[in-house]
Amino acid sequence: MARRQRYLNTLAGLCGLALVGCANDEDTLQSQKLALIKGRGELICGVQGTLPGFSSVERDGTYVGFDVDICRAVAAAMLGDPDKVQYRDLNPSERFAALASGEVDLLSRNTTYTLSRDAAGGNGLSFAPVVFFDGQGLMVPRASGISNIKGLSGKPICVETGTTSELNLADRMRALQAPYTPLKFQTSDQTYAAYLQGRCAAVTTDRSQLAAKRTGLPNPDDHVLLPDVISKEPLAPATVNADPLWSDAVRWTIYALMQAEELGITQANVEAKVAEARANPNLADLRRFLGVEGDFGKQLGLSPDFVVKALRAVGNYGEIFERNVGSGSLLRLERGLNRSWKAGGLIYAPPFR
Amino acid sequence: MHTPWWRNRRLLPLLVQATVGLVVLVTIAYLLGNLVRNLSAAGLLLSWRWLNLPAGFDISESLLPFNAELPYWRALLAGLVNTVRVVLIALVGATLLGTAVGTAAFSSNGLLRRLSRTYVELIRNVPLLLQLLFWYFVVFLSLPDGSAAIQLPWVVLAKSGLHLGSPQLVNGVWQGSLRITLEFAALLTGLIIHSGAFIAEVVRGGVAAVPPGQWEAARSLGLHAGQTLSRIVLPQALRVIVPALNSQYISLAKNSSLAVACGYSDLYSVAETTLNQTGRSVEVVLILLGTYLAMDLVISGLMNRLNRLVQIQER
Amino acid sequence: MNRARALTNRLRRELFATPLDGLITVVLLIGLVSGLKALLHWSLTQADWAVIQANSTLLAVGRYPLNQQWRLWLLTALLSGAAGISWGLLRGAGWPRSDRLAAAVLLVLGLVLPAGLGLAAPLQQRWWWLTALLLVGRWAAGRWGCELPPRWRRLLPLTWPVLYLSGLGLIGGGLGLMTVRPSQWGGLLLTLTEASFAIVVCCPLGIALALGRCSELPLLRWCSTLYIEFIRGAPLITLLFLGQNILGFLLPGGLAPDRVWRAAWILTFFAAAYVAEAVRAGLAALPRGQWEAARSLGLNMVQTLQHVVLPQALRAALPAIVGQFITLLQDTTLLSLIGLLDLLGVARAVMANPEFLGRNAEVYLVLAILFWCCCAALGVGSRSLERHLNRQVLRSQP
Repeated sequence: MARRQRYLNTLAGLCGLALVGCANDEDTLQSQKLALIKGRGELICGVQGTLPGFSSVERDGTYVGFDVDICRAVAAAMLGDPDKVQYRDLNPSERFAALASGEVDLLSRNTTYTLSRDAAGGNGLSFAPVVFFDGQGLMVPRASGISNIKGLSGKPICVETGTTSELNLADRMRALQAPYTPLKFQTSDQTYAAYLQGRCAAVTTDRSQLAAKRTGLPNPDDHVLLPDVISKEPLAPATVNADPLWSDAVRWTIYALMQAEELGITQANVEAKVAEARANPNLADLRRFLGVEGDFGKQLGLSPDFVVKALRAVGNYGEIFERNVGSGSLLRLERGLNRSWKAGGLIYAPPFR
Repeated sequence: MHTPWWRNRRLLPLLVQATVGLVVLVTIAYLLGNLVRNLSAAGLLLSWRWLNLPAGFDISESLLPFNAELPYWRALLAGLVNTVRVVLIALVGATLLGTAVGTAAFSSNGLLRRLSRTYVELIRNVPLLLQLLFWYFVVFLSLPDGSAAIQLPWVVLAKSGLHLGSPQLVNGVWQGSLRITLEFAALLTGLIIHSGAFIAEVVRGGVAAVPPGQWEAARSLGLHAGQTLSRIVLPQALRVIVPALNSQYISLAKNSSLAVACGYSDLYSVAETTLNQTGRSVEVVLILLGTYLAMDLVISGLMNRLNRLVQIQER
Repeated sequence: MNRARALTNRLRRELFATPLDGLITVVLLIGLVSGLKALLHWSLTQADWAVIQANSTLLAVGRYPLNQQWRLWLLTALLSGAAGISWGLLRGAGWPRSDRLAAAVLLVLGLVLPAGLGLAAPLQQRWWWLTALLLVGRWAAGRWGCELPPRWRRLLPLTWPVLYLSGLGLIGGGLGLMTVRPSQWGGLLLTLTEASFAIVVCCPLGIALALGRCSELPLLRWCSTLYIEFIRGAPLITLLFLGQNILGFLLPGGLAPDRVWRAAWILTFFAAAYVAEAVRAGLAALPRGQWEAARSLGLNMVQTLQHVVLPQALRAALPAIVGQFITLLQDTTLLSLIGLLDLLGVARAVMANPEFLGRNAEVYLVLAILFWCCCAALGVGSRSLERHLNRQVLRSQP
């Protein structure tokens, strides 16, 4: 046994050496993500996987939801086929590592856009446009009689680990000078299980997620969302910082979905619009947008008609919203901030020019 | 006589070693090279400065005072202290339980003997993670709350935790005593019962290794069963038991990392949160591996000392 | 009459030898009876087993595509056929008591369990066919197996690796079959695939490491020792975490294997260190004279290992190695912590389904029974193999 001790000591020493050894070398990698994905013929998309409305699995094994439609749009724009996507269910705690190590190409997993996640000195992600403006809320059992966040003082609150929710909760409770116990779990399944078994007085995450989960509970009316919105949660898809070409392709595919709503182009009328643009050389804006003229697609490393392909696959932003989380779904969320800027919302695409 | 080089007894070992060394070195260099290249591409080159930044998250329970303003290293330290706390208590508990169950296998009572075997066989063949989830989600989370709580002498079992001492019910909340959280209680119970079964096997093996003549000699000296066990048999069995206990203790310490399944903030759980909030996967994994290795070292070291104490002192 | 008295005598000796023993017995009996009664009461009246019935497919194979599941049935049929034939060839035409007992247990399991779980009628029938196939294979091989030419019988051990590889092919697809990605494997299928892969691959690795650690060449010894102690000092979960989060950084982009395979390799490397320690103990138990005798017979290093050292060392290490396999099988549950849908992962997803909220106890109980049976079967198998090998040794000695 004494021998083993000696080996272990050496091992510990060597570990220390290894730490010193790998701390330099400034060589950068030109990762050609686009080429890689095209070569593979498949987009690997990280999603949540168990959140009705955003990403969930049907009984036949297909993925559906808002986040999933973003993946499908990107796959359609890049590869011409929205079904050429491989989905990976990711925990909050593994999502950034999965993206950074190249295990997924695109993270479309209701991820909050923050400075430290975007910055090269932080998580080093590159965020696509915000696709869902949300805020963090709290859900409590109706029977508890708690009516606002101050009522949670001194009580345990369930939260998923590795989320902005746990940071916002800490900030807000500190500002209120209210003591509380955060009970942290790795997955939303465990978090809600502990909440439903009465271990915590409240569960907190983005309000849209709470609404989605609430519809799935046995008696949705037994639970209420508190009126407090404790943070801004702009949810956006993300890619790695290292490959601007790939990030741009994702960014502009998503802008195209927003622009299409503004221009009134839908899944149903996209072919008619293309025909119209072809027939009428005066509609320069529409022609450029749909790739009839100009080389926008090529500048992004995509095909000229990438917008048409995406729209054909999933429709415009408004359609995606209504179908998955809006009036056409079980969640029935209001569009609120997620209306187009023309209707007083925040959804705004820069010019396609 | 001329021997071909592949039969050369002096050259061959050198060649084999050189090849193996080269392969190992090249592999390590290749992997490290990739690591550095990929990390710098992702803008995540190794750095430890982030350890001093404020963590921003809270920890559910901590022996060290901790709040969200304190730096990450304090969070990790709080996690480590939580791990050490659960490991120490579980070590004592599992040793007591294991010794009791292990010696019960030699009881004159047939029922007790069989129960001891059943317990060991039952626990050893079911995964620990499953047992932990069972204790937490099935047993402890279904405790009643408020006035319906289970009141035993010196302890009240409620959903808000295990209240030791003599707590009072104030406005439906138990107050005024030492409180153990359900997460800690579930982890502790799971670890003690799981490791207890393995330690019981070790103890049983150790006692069985004591020659039967020792029992008979003790009996003929007029010692009763309890005295025989504690004065004659166990001290001799310790020489077999202690080396085997070492690996059981180490696996208990490592198994405590499954705390993450039942919501207890141990080192692994805090490290996972830290990784998420900072994106520093390589550094965090290195800290984790290093700390567990150090714990392994400490336990091995202490057990080595103990082992030297219990071995036969030859004169 | 006499027997009854013998029985009471024995009971008295076992349970009521002294007043203290009597007290212990009474207390234990009261505890046992009330515990069993509560368990029975719960399982018959309060438990709701619909959660298992409705999700049996999910628990068994996860999200494996429905229209491809015939491949898994085919694989199960092949396995049970091969198991029956191997059993028959090993035991010959006779049916000793242990065989009759095993056959009875299988029959009861095959007939009662599917019906008890409330599976659909066609599925029940498939299980009956599988059981029948196994038992008929045992009977036929036992009856006519010894008449086969010995050359054919020597091929028998070869069927298992072939079957294993073709099984992986059947599960994963390729060669004209539709590809089913590892991310779609799940439940018991994933658990068994990962565990069996790790068990198969960690053995040669572990033996190599053990030989390295006992080698006279310092560099080999150092490398092996370093590896073994490093792995043994780390909790499996941190290694799995490393595999999921850092392996991507260690390999050039896109080269890292799929998550499922990554976890399988980590399990393999982890188990290899422990198997190496078991084998090393076996090697240490071998008298030094065996090496010297082999050398003086003029055997070279490889021959010595192959014919003299390893057979004996492995026989001595067998119980420890199988113990390691049992641990490995149990360790696959940790995959659920890194987001893979193994048996426990699927079970946790099932329990998150609002329809089955709060049905934790039922699911965990079924999982525990499943694991217990698999692990206990491995243990029983290893003990009987050990006895078999020991008998062979005794017989071969003059």
